[in-house]
Amino acid sequence: MNRAYVIARRELSSYFFSPIAYVAMTLFLLICGVLFWNDFRPGQPAAMRTIFDWMVWLLVFIVPVLSMGLLAQEWATGTIETMMTAPIGETDMVLGKFVGSLLFFVVLLVPTLLYVVLLRIYAHPDYGPIISGYLGIILVGALFISIGLFFSSITRSQVVAAVSAAAVLFLVTIVPWWAGSKATLAGFWRKAADQGVFNHYTDFSKGIIDSGNFIFFVATTTVFLFLTVKVLESRRWK
Amino acid sequence: MISVSNLTKVYGQTLAVDNISFEVGKGQIVGFLGPNGAGKSTTLRMLTCYMPPTSGGAKINGHDIFFESQKVRENLGYLPENCPLYTEMKVHEYLDFRGQLRGMDRASRRKRMDYAMERCWLTNVRNKTIGHLSKGYRQRVGLADALLHNPPVLILDEPTVGLDPTQIRETRKLIKDLGGEHTLLLSTHILPEVEAVCSHAIVIAGGKIVAQGSPDELRSSRRLQARVLVECKGPAKEVETALSHVSGVANVEILNGDTGADKHYVTAALRPKEAYDIREEVARTIIQHGWPLREIRLEHATLEEFFVQVTANQAIANAAKASGGAA
Repeated sequence: MNRAYVIARRELSSYFFSPIAYVAMTLFLLICGVLFWNDFRPGQPAAMRTIFDWMVWLLVFIVPVLSMGLLAQEWATGTIETMMTAPIGETDMVLGKFVGSLLFFVVLLVPTLLYVVLLRIYAHPDYGPIISGYLGIILVGALFISIGLFFSSITRSQVVAAVSAAAVLFLVTIVPWWAGSKATLAGFWRKAADQGVFNHYTDFSKGIIDSGNFIFFVATTTVFLFLTVKVLESRRWK
Repeated sequence: MISVSNLTKVYGQTLAVDNISFEVGKGQIVGFLGPNGAGKSTTLRMLTCYMPPTSGGAKINGHDIFFESQKVRENLGYLPENCPLYTEMKVHEYLDFRGQLRGMDRASRRKRMDYAMERCWLTNVRNKTIGHLSKGYRQRVGLADALLHNPPVLILDEPTVGLDPTQIRETRKLIKDLGGEHTLLLSTHILPEVEAVCSHAIVIAGGKIVAQGSPDELRSSRRLQARVLVECKGPAKEVETALSHVSGVANVEILNGDTGADKHYVTAALRPKEAYDIREEVARTIIQHGWPLREIRLEHATLEEFFVQVTANQAIANAAKASGGAA
């Protein structure tokens, strides 16, 4: 566990040396800022619900950029060999990468706290939904990072990792949302669309912390982390 | 310290390492020698627990590479081929990170980092970013990392590749200094390296061990005799016949006739019959004939000739086996 922490710390600090992380961060904050500015005017509710909902959409494209290098780069440069011949396990490696990346994601969210401060100055916001919204967005981030990490582990190419992760995130987030809005959808497909990430997320931005939704995110994240550990171990089976 | 028994690795259809066994004693520096693609790196990767063998096994410092992988990795320092590093980190940050990964406490990290950086001539670049360092310095960072936790066994995969001649000499000196204290296994395809630093060499070709022993033993094992080179001024034909009549000379070969720019001089290569120094006799004969003598020199058989011989034999054997299998 201690070793996972050491790896996580290195991973977090390596983001601050990566130009692509700054580009992703700037893009994310810029778009969030424009959306908030659009909402932040007299007559609108003093809440962050709309912006939280938009963030999930943005993360479909931002998170793959943050996660693409996590393991793909290790394969490409060969540093994985120095890592795995040190006395650390595959689980330490994957957990370290995941936690480091998640911490950077939290850093990415920190500037958006400014919106809360602005709401506090000009209105009387309800803090409950804001806190649950942040919890929800961190859970979404964790799931997206674990999916991104998985795709980063199966290829040496960061581009392939990013594109395939974005495609899958699109498929589990935006497609079910779009399909769910169609009234004609019924039976199995309706049930499948209900399991989309966005559907599980919206309760959080409304201010409801439902244990079912919480478990959904924790369980799916764990599955992808587990798969990533297996991919790293698979070099032993070849 | 390192004992390998019947180690085999198969990738899909290719047999990369074929049933090899060897021992490395404490404090020895052993060179693992072979042409590119002979299975050197694969063997080292198995010994460092990066990948498991298909069959067979090995023990490092008494720990089995398959069942006690964690213990094995604690007991060895490894420098992989091409020396991969996290290029965005500074030298001391990287070494500190590696020390933490190995569970070293702050005090011992500080002490060992200072030691390793001094040993690998890194002290003046400790605050530099690894990505900005030259290949030679990066290689040393990799070496310092391998030394950091004071492991009893060091495994280095082509430690001098890509270095300039001065750096090669320095690295070899360092490796030589480390022997005795540590047990070293280093792979290389550069022959002078083995002659310069290793007490023992294992030659591998086509996944098999084709020879092992000290560099001297390897040289003598294939009856690669020394030859005597003579350069004198005289008619080539006469020189050849005169020299072939000297007692102890098995054959004479004229390397350049009396042509070319320096056309009056003849260079002849003489093979003695046994391990017998023929130089005095040859010199006397030439002087008797009144030919001015420019040079007479005993040339030892090189490990290079040996290497070319064994690896060529192996290649021929493999080709024969392959065509036999196809038919």
